[in-house]
Amino acid sequence: MSHIFNAFRSFMTQGGGGLLLPEMMLVLFAMGILLTDYLLEARDKYFNALMAMLGVIFSAICLWQLRYAAEQGASGFSSSLVVDPFFLFFGLIFLIATALVILLSVRYLQVEDENHGEYYALMLFATVGMMFMVSGYDLIVQFLGLETMAISFYVLAGFLRRDRRSNECAVKYLLLGAFSSAILAYGFSILYGLGATTSWPFNGPMPPRTNLDVIQFAVESRAHPDLLVLLALVTVISGLLFKVAAVPFHQWAPDVYEGAPTPITAYISVASKTASFALLLRLLLTVFWPVRLDWQMLVAGVAIASLTIGNFAAITQTNIKRLLAYSSISHVGYVLLGIVAASSGQRLGFMTGMKGVAFYLFVYAFMTIGAFAVVIVLQRQGLISDELDDLNGLHRRSPASAVVLLIFMLSLAGIPPLAGFIGKYYILLALIQTGHNWLALLGALYIVPALYYYFRIVMHAWLYEPGNAPSPVITVGQKVALSALCFVTVAAGIYPEPFVRLATYSLLFPTGFSGH
Amino acid sequence: MVPISYYLALSAVLFGLGVVAFIFKRNIITIFMAIELMLNAVNLAFVAFSRALGQLQGQVFVFFVIVVAAAEAAVGLAIIIVIARNRGTLNVERVDSLKH
Repeated sequence: MSHIFNAFRSFMTQGGGGLLLPEMMLVLFAMGILLTDYLLEARDKYFNALMAMLGVIFSAICLWQLRYAAEQGASGFSSSLVVDPFFLFFGLIFLIATALVILLSVRYLQVEDENHGEYYALMLFATVGMMFMVSGYDLIVQFLGLETMAISFYVLAGFLRRDRRSNECAVKYLLLGAFSSAILAYGFSILYGLGATTSWPFNGPMPPRTNLDVIQFAVESRAHPDLLVLLALVTVISGLLFKVAAVPFHQWAPDVYEGAPTPITAYISVASKTASFALLLRLLLTVFWPVRLDWQMLVAGVAIASLTIGNFAAITQTNIKRLLAYSSISHVGYVLLGIVAASSGQRLGFMTGMKGVAFYLFVYAFMTIGAFAVVIVLQRQGLISDELDDLNGLHRRSPASAVVLLIFMLSLAGIPPLAGFIGKYYILLALIQTGHNWLALLGALYIVPALYYYFRIVMHAWLYEPGNAPSPVITVGQKVALSALCFVTVAAGIYPEPFVRLATYSLLFPTGFSGH
Repeated sequence: MVPISYYLALSAVLFGLGVVAFIFKRNIITIFMAIELMLNAVNLAFVAFSRALGQLQGQVFVFFVIVVAAAEAAVGLAIIIVIARNRGTLNVERVDSLKH
C-alpha cells in the first residue's frame, strides 16, 4: 500500500501531476455525481448540483494554489502542458461560467422534468476539456481537450430528449462540430508534418514533434510564402472560427442557441466560445506568429463580416435566443478586431489589444449569461419564454428582473458606464494605436444597429402591457446568480481597474509568446 | 518505396471527397460517414508523415483521432436514434423545425 502512496506522491510533486489538480478535482466530482445519481430520489436531485458546485469550488482553490507555479511558467508531461497566467485567467472564466450556469440550471431542469445527474457531470467534463484546450502546449492535448468539450456539448444541447427542437439542434451541432473538428485535425496533421521535418538546433532534449515550440521553429525556418504553412493556417483557423461562430462559419449558432436548453445556450455561447478563442490565441501567438501578416488580413475580413452579418441579422429576430445568437456573432467580430490590433507587431498595440481581448471575453461572459439568465427566470411549465412577446410588461411582473435586464442589454450594446463599454473602448483604442482607424470607426458605428435591437428587448420589457402573464417565481440560486452577474457588469464598468489588472495578468507570458 | 507525396495527395483527395459528401448528401448517416472519411484522411496524413520521417508522435495522434471518432460516433448515433424516433425521418431537409 505504501509504495502506491509513494508513487502517487512522487507523481504529484516531481512528475508534474500537481499541475493537473484543477482538472483532477472536476473529473473526480463529475464521476462522483455519476455514481451517486442513482441513489438519489427525484426530490433530492438538487444534490447533484451541490456536488458539481463543490467540484468547481475545489477546482478553483487548486487553480489559486497554482499561481506561484504559473508566474514561473511551469510546464509538465514533456512540456505538453503549461500552467501560465494565460491558463489561470481563462480557467477562472470557465469555472465562474460553470458555477453560474449550475445555479441557473437547477430549477430549469426541474420544470422541464429532465433532472438527471449526467447533466452536471457533462458540464464538469466540458470544463475539463476547456481547461486542457488552454493549458495544452501540444497538438494532441489541444485536440483532445477540444473534443472532450465538444462531445459533452453535443449531449448537453440535446438534453431535452423529448423536445423536437432540442433533438434537432443537437444533430446540427454534432454534424457541424464534427466537421469543423475534422478540418482542424487536418490542419494539425500538416503542422505535425512541418514539425517532423525540422531538426532542432537548440541545446537540451528536443520536445515531441507535436510541441508548439518545435512547430513554431519549423514555421519560422520555412521560406516565407510557403504553401504548406498557408494550408495549415487556413484549415486551423477555419476549424476554430467554426467553434467561435464567426462569419462565414456561423450558420449553426442561431439554430443551436434556439434549440438547446437555455442554461446550456448560455454555457455554449460563453464558455465554449471563450475556450475556442483561447486556443485560437495560443496558436496564433505561437505557431503562426511568424506568418502574422498572412492571417492579419484574414482575421480582419472575418471580423468585418461577423460585425456586419451579426448586427444586421439580429435586427429582424423575434426569438430572444436567436437574437442573442446573432448579437454574439457581432461580439466575436469585436474580439477578432482586438486580435488584429494585437498582431500589428508593435509592443503598445499588442499589449492594449490583448488586454482588450482578455477583458472583453471576461465581461462578455457575465453580460451574456446575465441576458440568458433573465430568459431562464421567466421559464415556466410548458413555456421556454424565449419569444420577445414573453417579456411583455416585465417591469410590472418583476421589476427587479426588468432592471437587471436593462443593465445587461445596455452593457452588451456598449453604453458607459457599464462593463461592455470598457471592453469596446480598449479594443477600439488598440486599433487606433496601431493605425487601423477605419476598422475602429467601423467598430464604433456598429454600436448603432446593436443599440436598436437590444432596445427592442428592453422595450418589450418596459413599455408593453403584461397581458395575463403571471409573475415569475425566482429561486434563491437564480437570485444569487443574477446579483453576481449584475454586480460584475456594473462594477467592471464603474471601476474597471482591478478587472483590467486581471486581464493584464493573463498577458504575463512566461512560456512561448512574447509579442514581438 | 512509395514517396510520401503520393500518400499526402491521396489524403488530400480523400479529405476533399469527405467535404464534398458532407455538403451534398442529405441523409444524416451518410453525412456522418463523410465526417469519418475526413478523419481517416487525417489519419493517413499523420501515418504518412510519421512513417516517412521515422517518428512516433504522428501514430500516437492517430490513436487519439480514432478514439475521438469512436466517441463522436457513439454520441452521434444516440442523437440520430432519438431524431428517428421523434420524427420518423433521417433526411436533413425535413429536420427543420428551427427557424431559418
